Amino acid sequence: MSTQLNAPVSRENIEALSQGRGEPGWLTDIRKEAAALAGTLEWPRPEKMRIDRWKLTAFGVDRHPELAGDLSQLPEEIRASLPQDAANLVVQRNSGAAYRNLAEEWKAKGVIFTDLETAVREHGDLVKKHLFSVVKADEDKLTALHAALWNGGVFVYVPKNVEVEVPLQAVLYLDDAEAAFAPHVLIVADANSRVSYVDRVLASGAGRSAVAVHHAVVEVVAGPGALVRFASIHHLPESVTDLSIRRATLANDARIEWIIGDLNNGNTLSVTKSDLKGNGSTSDSKLITIGTQSQNMSITTHAVHYGLSSESEMETRAVMRDSATAIINGVTKIEKGATKANGHQTERVLMLSPKARGDANPILLIDEDDVKADHAASVGRVNEEQLYYLMSRGIDREVAERLIIRGFLEPIVSEVPIEAVREELERMIEGKLNA
Amino acid sequence: MATRFTVKGLRASIEGKEILKGIDIDIRGGEIHAIMGPNGTGKSTLASALMGHPKYEVTEGEVLLDGENLLEMEVDERARAGLFLAMQYPSEITGVTNADFLRSAINARRGEGNEISLIKFIRQLEAKMKELEMNPEFAHRYLNEGFSGGEKKRNEILQMMMLEPKIVILDEVDSGLDIDALKIVASGVNSMRSEDRGFLIITHYQRLLNYIKPDFVHVMMQGRIVKSGGPELAERLEAEGYDWIKEELGIVDETVGQA
Ligand SMILES: Nc1ncnc2c1ncn2[C@@H]1O[C@H](COP(=O)(O)OP(=O)(O)OP(=O)(O)O)[C@@H](O)[C@H]1O
Ligand SMILES: [Mg+2]
Repeated sequence: MSTQLNAPVSRENIEALSQGRGEPGWLTDIRKEAAALAGTLEWPRPEKMRIDRWKLTAFGVDRHPELAGDLSQLPEEIRASLPQDAANLVVQRNSGAAYRNLAEEWKAKGVIFTDLETAVREHGDLVKKHLFSVVKADEDKLTALHAALWNGGVFVYVPKNVEVEVPLQAVLYLDDAEAAFAPHVLIVADANSRVSYVDRVLASGAGRSAVAVHHAVVEVVAGPGALVRFASIHHLPESVTDLSIRRATLANDARIEWIIGDLNNGNTLSVTKSDLKGNGSTSDSKLITIGTQSQNMSITTHAVHYGLSSESEMETRAVMRDSATAIINGVTKIEKGATKANGHQTERVLMLSPKARGDANPILLIDEDDVKADHAASVGRVNEEQLYYLMSRGIDREVAERLIIRGFLEPIVSEVPIEAVREELERMIEGKLNA
Repeated sequence: MATRFTVKGLRASIEGKEILKGIDIDIRGGEIHAIMGPNGTGKSTLASALMGHPKYEVTEGEVLLDGENLLEMEVDERARAGLFLAMQYPSEITGVTNADFLRSAINARRGEGNEISLIKFIRQLEAKMKELEMNPEFAHRYLNEGFSGGEKKRNEILQMMMLEPKIVILDEVDSGLDIDALKIVASGVNSMRSEDRGFLIITHYQRLLNYIKPDFVHVMMQGRIVKSGGPELAERLEAEGYDWIKEELGIVDETVGQA
């Protein structure tokens, strides 16, 4: 039985679910309240895309996996996507954690890296303080439903002054067509800490043909002077709708680097936002996407400047094929008082098919005079001059086109911090371009 | 078979405007031909039309490379048949490294199943870059992106050396080069001189021809070759300019297509 998304999620169901997992009362209350809100709030309304017309009913049922002692207990298919050394890794399978590991070295320094459900039990106060502090449950139907229904998830905590030198990795995947799949990622980086987090959201086995909604929220709390690098690649099948909200709040001199690969084959809502609260805080977001078949995507990157001298960079590159549609929004908002703020954004869309649609919407909202803000947006086809140049060296048209398309994405692909993940990303890109 | 490149009565237009008005050139392996001529007289158009640039429409004439009709081929096929054009304004391509690009180009020539080994490729590339005094880091930079004018020209010559074509057209490869770079590029070209390779060098300046001695010099005006001679012709042009030719031929406006 799947939960009907458009109907209110019942408080009773949610309460039973939460208590069944042995969750503390404060969390059960959050979920219950959110469930009630979900019945009254509206779906978000991104520019030129009616996501409320998407098929948003298949929430799935709770399917918590067994926790694996080592990766060999997980199905072979997903193991290909997991790091060999199995270190510093959290795996979510369907509705819960299937594996978690953090090297002793980091534990000894006070770093926490585990699934969010476990963190609720083991580090309740810390989680309680930050959960839904960045993305509020009552923003819209999506955040409310997510607050009511989230499962599994990831929790990262890095204490003051600790620099985690290895990337922390998570693989979140669906391999049960019935399962609820709704991870919540919470990253808390204390003052002057550093951390890189890399995740992938995938489907394997029966998950490949699942009719499902993946709804996910990422919250990043970056303390003064903290640096968080967040890379995420989503590669879900055509029948899965991906609704992903990512948001960071930045204290003085904090920095977030987003590297996002939206490579789903189904409908996608992707909103990545930085709240530059602190003076001198900086945000850099890089996003790539490839639209294929008839998928619809609403892709937004967003920076809101509150802090003095805060800086944001946003760069989105989209390749559009077949009859896919992508509405690419870049929003730079500078609040009154954010003097010397500097926001720069670029959206570039490469159109490979006359039936595809790719809209680039740069939006600058400036309420302060003493700032710099600019944008560049372009929508175009493969450049004929470049094609001619490559072909003039003997490279045939198809290969030349492919080089140009891959090259278009490469400056962002090359930013992914783990080589194996980068290679997998390249394979996904190849797959989407060949499909 | 010795290389033979023949252009006969070539006419070409751009956007309906005729720029090349009947060009004849005959290059044999081992020969170096230079084309000189004032700005806007059709020199780059000739180079582009020979390479098959999509904007130029060939309306008449014949281009044969070792008996094969180049005009019936796509741009990439012409290249694989042995034609190479070092362009006056090479494209910049983000995200494609110089090394990846060159390897794709070499492999395109060699064909599937016969790809060059990575080690061999790198060894060749490093050797040629050293010859051209290029910083090895240029192998990993994106193709021509952010290269200075001179660096782009050197990169064109690097490609020529790696691809070993039969017919090489150099379109103003000397422009933007300082004197040291000019010598390096010239010695790169000279190292490629051989009995089975022909060159067509487009230039404005005698100074390049001091380093690369041409066998024939052609002067282009109004989309035609209006005068041909030996190396002494280039020297006279350097000393006296083009006016004497215009007078001799009764040409008032030497440009083409400025309707
Ligand atoms: N893409 C184009 N569109 C319109 N006109 C063109 C185009 N390419 C060339 N032409 C015109 O054709 C004429 C010849 O140009 P071409 O570039 O062949 O001259 P050139 O002899 O190489 O000059 P230069 O010495 O300045 O390089 C010029 O009048 C030029 O404006
Ligand atoms: Mg020219």
